[in-house]
Amino acid sequence: MKVQVRLFAAAKEWAKASTIELDVPGGATVADVRNTLLVRVPRLAEFGPQLRLAINAQYADDGTAILPDSDVACIPPVSGG
Amino acid sequence: MIELSDKPIDVAAVLDRVQSPAAGAVVLFLGTTREMTAGRRTQSLEYECYPEMARKKLQELEAESRRRWPITACAILHRLGHLELGEASVAVAVSTPHREDAFAAAKWLIDTIKEDVPIWKCENWADGTTEWVHPKAE
Repeated sequence: MKVQVRLFAAAKEWAKASTIELDVPGGATVADVRNTLLVRVPRLAEFGPQLRLAINAQYADDGTAILPDSDVACIPPVSGG
Repeated sequence: MIELSDKPIDVAAVLDRVQSPAAGAVVLFLGTTREMTAGRRTQSLEYECYPEMARKKLQELEAESRRRWPITACAILHRLGHLELGEASVAVAVSTPHREDAFAAAKWLIDTIKEDVPIWKCENWADGTTEWVHPKAE
């Protein structure tokens, strides 16, 4: 299953792209997407557990299933305000 | 009221949004772009966000603050794009019948915005380098 992951801030800079396409098995979870993403953009490991993923504009737990139409985003530690 | 905009924040308009005869207190918090951070000089800042999620999160935070405190009116505005030093990057204004609630709600809102809303700041340092800010967990 192909998953498009939106990237922001340093994550976007390191990947040199605002969206990255990942190939994950059907039935993949947020944890699977995170692991695949870390292989493609190893520097994201710098964020450790602070690296969050969002599904359909909501923070998602590692066990959340990814569906083919899920809107997936990689959320590095935020710095608004 | 939630607003994400690349236009300067009109502070008088923000206050006008929350002032009401029903409220005896208005608290306004402004976050402004600071020149010095840990000994380094900032030239300017850029902000970017995940627009759909940032708006949704801010709406959720406003709703949660209204559950926790008796809020008469609430306005949250965040700048995006390029900011010069001294400009307001964020405004949180809350009106309530009594001041304790206005202070508490405004503090909770800005603290939670800084933890949870997908907005990022990029420092354009005076030495010509740029750096996305990704705070480490405390």
